Amino acid sequence: MSAAIASELTCKELVELVTDYFEDRLATDENRRFELHVCSCTGCRVNLAQMRALVRAAGRLVENDVPVAVRDGLLRTFRAWKRT
Amino acid sequence: MVGHFQPLLSPDLESGSGAQGSPWPRERPDHGEQDLLEALRGGDESAFSRLVDLHHASMVRVARLYVGTVAAAEEVAQEAWLGVLQGLARFEGRCTLKAWIFAIVANCAKSRGARDKRTIPLSALGPDDEGGASVDPDRFLEDGHPRWPGHWSQPPEAWDEDELVSRETLEAIASALEKLPPMQRAVMTMRDVEGLGSDETCQVLGISEANQRVLLHRARSKVRKALESYLHEGEVSP
Repeated sequence: MSAAIASELTCKELVELVTDYFEDRLATDENRRFELHVCSCTGCRVNLAQMRALVRAAGRLVENDVPVAVRDGLLRTFRAWKRT
Repeated sequence: MVGHFQPLLSPDLESGSGAQGSPWPRERPDHGEQDLLEALRGGDESAFSRLVDLHHASMVRVARLYVGTVAAAEEVAQEAWLGVLQGLARFEGRCTLKAWIFAIVANCAKSRGARDKRTIPLSALGPDDEGGASVDPDRFLEDGHPRWPGHWSQPPEAWDEDELVSRETLEAIASALEKLPPMQRAVMTMRDVEGLGSDETCQVLGISEANQRVLLHRARSKVRKALESYLHEGEVSP
């Protein structure tokens, strides 16, 4: 049973489909094979979890500090715009 | 200088649905956006200041994708703010405010690129790379393996959740992102760092959805690999 699944979609193939899977771009059948494989394969499950963790971590890279001098300059732009 | 701003927004940017995205929830900072816009149109300075807090740093990051230095990116972002203010009356909220602002930044960065020969617009760059596997082929059993062809021979090891959120790890991710080819870096920055949807990313960057997805996958795969080396070997990949 598991050998049959492995012959359908290999780990090497699956790692190329992870973003398509996240983006919901796999055909129904391919999506089923993807999920079936992940259920029975620890390596692919870890890889999938890492890709997910990476995306979440990248979302934390945002730093929003604006230097005072920059803000002051932008406020001057805003006041000039208001006058127009 | 500021007179050079041209409202070159692609007319279809605001027609996209903008709702598509990844399977986990993302923060979309549109809470109170309408109120903010109303106040802004009325000339409310504190509303503008709030908008600067929300978007200026992102605008510099997006500009940085197009121009060579942080200083140039800062100038592009400041010029783009004038474009934002001038275009405010025309913004109808059919895409997120962030995507609309990014498109203005991209236009400002490109026109700066045209004026300043030292900067290379993203669109002028050739194909990013030769393709290549997402994971080193050596980590799989050979295709002719009698029992497990293409199965992991060296599977990845689970990451420590606490380590993942450390400042050092985030720095390693930022550093890997910096090293990506320009378009891969641009797509991953827009999607994963700034949180734009795929259709908005395509419109800001002027690429197809399929191309966007390929670039995103290459980018994420490379950063995953760099992070794996960092977390398991304590080294930043070259």
